Amino acid sequence: MLFSVQVEVSLREGVADPQGATIERSLPHLGFDGVREVRVGKSIRFDLEAADQSAAEAEVADLCQRFLTNPVIEDAAITVTEGARV
Amino acid sequence: MAPRVGVVQFPGSNCELDALEAVRLLGGEAEILWHGDDTVNGVDAVIVPGGFAHGDYLRPGAIARFSPAMTAVADFAKSGGPVVGICNGFQVLTEAGLLPGALQKNRGLKFLCTTVELRVDSTDSVLTTEASEGDVLRVPINHFEGNYTCSPETLAELQGNEQIVLRYVTNPNGSMDDIAGICNAERNVVGLMPHPERAVSHLLGSEDGAPLLRSLLLSASAAV
Repeated sequence: MLFSVQVEVSLREGVADPQGATIERSLPHLGFDGVREVRVGKSIRFDLEAADQSAAEAEVADLCQRFLTNPVIEDAAITVTEGARV
Repeated sequence: MAPRVGVVQFPGSNCELDALEAVRLLGGEAEILWHGDDTVNGVDAVIVPGGFAHGDYLRPGAIARFSPAMTAVADFAKSGGPVVGICNGFQVLTEAGLLPGALQKNRGLKFLCTTVELRVDSTDSVLTTEASEGDVLRVPINHFEGNYTCSPETLAELQGNEQIVLRYVTNPNGSMDDIAGICNAERNVVGLMPHPERAVSHLLGSEDGAPLLRSLLLSASAAV
């Protein structure tokens, strides 16, 4: 079966985010005064061939742990959906 | 016999020739270790040099650590061999799990290219035996992701075991506890963001990197 996978990589709670902080500091200059807690991450998408939903989820969790994230500073939010991405 | 130092070359490394040159200047033999070869070729010490291995794609060091050469370097380190990661090499060693923690983007988001002062806080590591505690060394830095980060537990461990071997006198990048360089618990693996190989001659503006690399050569000689 084919699954489409989206991995949102973000810095863990408590880890300083210099990019988020810089964006947050810039926004008031443009008149956006209400923005708080800006966090910058990255989004990784791919298709995955796997036996079923749980096998797909397990494989993605493993590859996030070992490669797509650095668990010292990053977390991953994983979405696995049946069917190809496009 | 002069100690032999291997310098790992990844696609995107850019400090490997400086490292070779510095080792030779200090009386060692030096050779390139190709990232695709799963051997350290019988050398007595390994330097993982600076640069942008594999373009720093995903994260600095994230792809380089899967190189066949890094498996050999990890085995070499586990058997007690001296290993030093400089700048991008430090990032590779943390990604490979040979050193704890991670290097994050600099506080202030500036790429830093300047000379900084480092204080030697422990001489018990393969990179610092020839320095004295409290020495202040002028060594260049050249990085965007040198902001050392780890869990509070890991930091306490590093502090307790005196594994923080080099600290910035004035913190340039937001690094926790002013960390410029750390070693592992066995003290044979060291990672640092500054570039000692670029500070081995008056012509380069400083010779303060020499005692650090001489320490590595001595550790390598001991291993011969």
